[in-house]
Amino acid sequence: MSVPDRSGTGDVRTGALPVLLPFVRPQARAARLRPVHLWLLAGLALVSLPAWAQGGAAAPSPLAVVIKWAPLLLTGFAFNVAISLMAMAIGTGAGIGLGLAMLAEGRVLPRLAWCVTQVFRNVPWLVLLFFVMFLVPFQITVFGVRVPLPDWVKATFGFSLPVMANVAEIVRGAVRSVPNTQWEAAESLAFTRRQTMWRIILPQCAKRMLPPWMNVYALIAMATVQASIVGVTEMLTLTAQVHAAEGGRSELFAPLYGFALLCFFLYCYPIDRFTAALERRFETR
Amino acid sequence: MTRATPAATPSSTWTPDQPIVRLADVHKSFGTFEVLKGISLAVRKGEVVCIIGPSGSGKSTLIRCVNALVPVSAGSIQVEGIEVTDPRLDKLALRRKVGMVFQQYNLFPHKTALQNVMMAPIHVLGQERREVEARARALLAKVRLAGKEDAYPGELSGGQQQRVAIARSLAMRPDVMLFDEVTAALDPETVKEVLVTIRELAEEGMTCMLVTHEMNFARDVADHIYFTDRGVIVEHGPPATFFASAQDERTRRFLSQVL
Repeated sequence: MSVPDRSGTGDVRTGALPVLLPFVRPQARAARLRPVHLWLLAGLALVSLPAWAQGGAAAPSPLAVVIKWAPLLLTGFAFNVAISLMAMAIGTGAGIGLGLAMLAEGRVLPRLAWCVTQVFRNVPWLVLLFFVMFLVPFQITVFGVRVPLPDWVKATFGFSLPVMANVAEIVRGAVRSVPNTQWEAAESLAFTRRQTMWRIILPQCAKRMLPPWMNVYALIAMATVQASIVGVTEMLTLTAQVHAAEGGRSELFAPLYGFALLCFFLYCYPIDRFTAALERRFETR
Repeated sequence: MTRATPAATPSSTWTPDQPIVRLADVHKSFGTFEVLKGISLAVRKGEVVCIIGPSGSGKSTLIRCVNALVPVSAGSIQVEGIEVTDPRLDKLALRRKVGMVFQQYNLFPHKTALQNVMMAPIHVLGQERREVEARARALLAKVRLAGKEDAYPGELSGGQQQRVAIARSLAMRPDVMLFDEVTAALDPETVKEVLVTIRELAEEGMTCMLVTHEMNFARDVADHIYFTDRGVIVEHGPPATFFASAQDERTRRFLSQVL
């Protein structure tokens, strides 16, 4: 990835009129950046420039440092994304189960599921993470086979717990929002409760569940940096290490962490926009 | 859900010459409010029975008790000899015999008209898809909705949706059909198309129980009319005598208001 030349007039024009450009032009890459993104890049450049001036001839410029370490830092970011995706997958599976347990018939199961949901929804994610990190052993033995559990696997479990509780609540809310008359209609056609849930109720509320579910994902993606506190080598950990490796120069602080900030923003902001667009579309239906 | 005990309790061996639906002294309370205060009635096979009465007289509750959507507080309900009030009742077995159509249609909005009709026979009765589809198409044609197979409920008018709902219920090949104020939510001009469908069903010999406000329809189609008020059956009889010479003061007042 090259850094756009901010002094060129052509660049200013593409930045000012992005919507007027045809979609498949070769320069479309720069044109697709929204004004907000350019503004952020500009901000990053601004904080870097004075630092650059102070740096002197001997030390490399902050920008050069960021570019030099970008591949490593982006590997760390990919790890954040991987943790968040896995936590989301595990948490969604478990959350659907927990949500359906809250809606089940009987007394014990729904109450138990409700308690579990409330506990995991109403404690700080970091506290859950600590619990998982220190309560789960570093390896487990399954049928005589030792399975090591590295820190990042444990962290993934740790993040999947709040996802589970939030997804459970989303499922419960969505199912409750389907009118009772749908249950009656299905009942009078002799559908079992389970058939009614899976064939009639859940398909109807899948659309309704999508926006809040994506919202949970954006939150968990941002929360994965907390894994650095418990020693997982993700982006924030790497950023701190890079900073130390470059001599801990104070003028590198803003550019390096600014780069991390930018990565997360560019990843989560489109998700947020897409979620909002989905919500608007479903509202008008 | 699965139960080891035998399915429907064959408390008596039912034969077609006995009433297909029989209610005996049925009581139902919601909290301290008693909605049904001892209802008894009988419907024979092939009969069309209309239940009329002022709003809040328990008509809908009464008809919902028949397919166990609403549990009764006391009394006995039998459908083809199945005791509906039995705590070990196999509700699914009962509901395979009893079809129901609602005031608000209650079609499944994420399925097309054809899929709405096909779902229950395929998933509940486990019938073969191709055979069910042929039957579903025939049923939709019968309720004059040929060409609307692939329309979603949201794309259909109220009257059309209600006819899909009737076809959906008929696809289960029930022995009794329950209609709970099925025209109450419809525009006046679409009421007729639904009534025509129900009339055709009645003429084919389907046993029907209707809660309705359509007095002219009741007079034309019903074999027997029950008038309910405040949880009791005030008066009943064949339409000719019921409409011409009502005995009870409450019935006469009601009829003078609605006719």
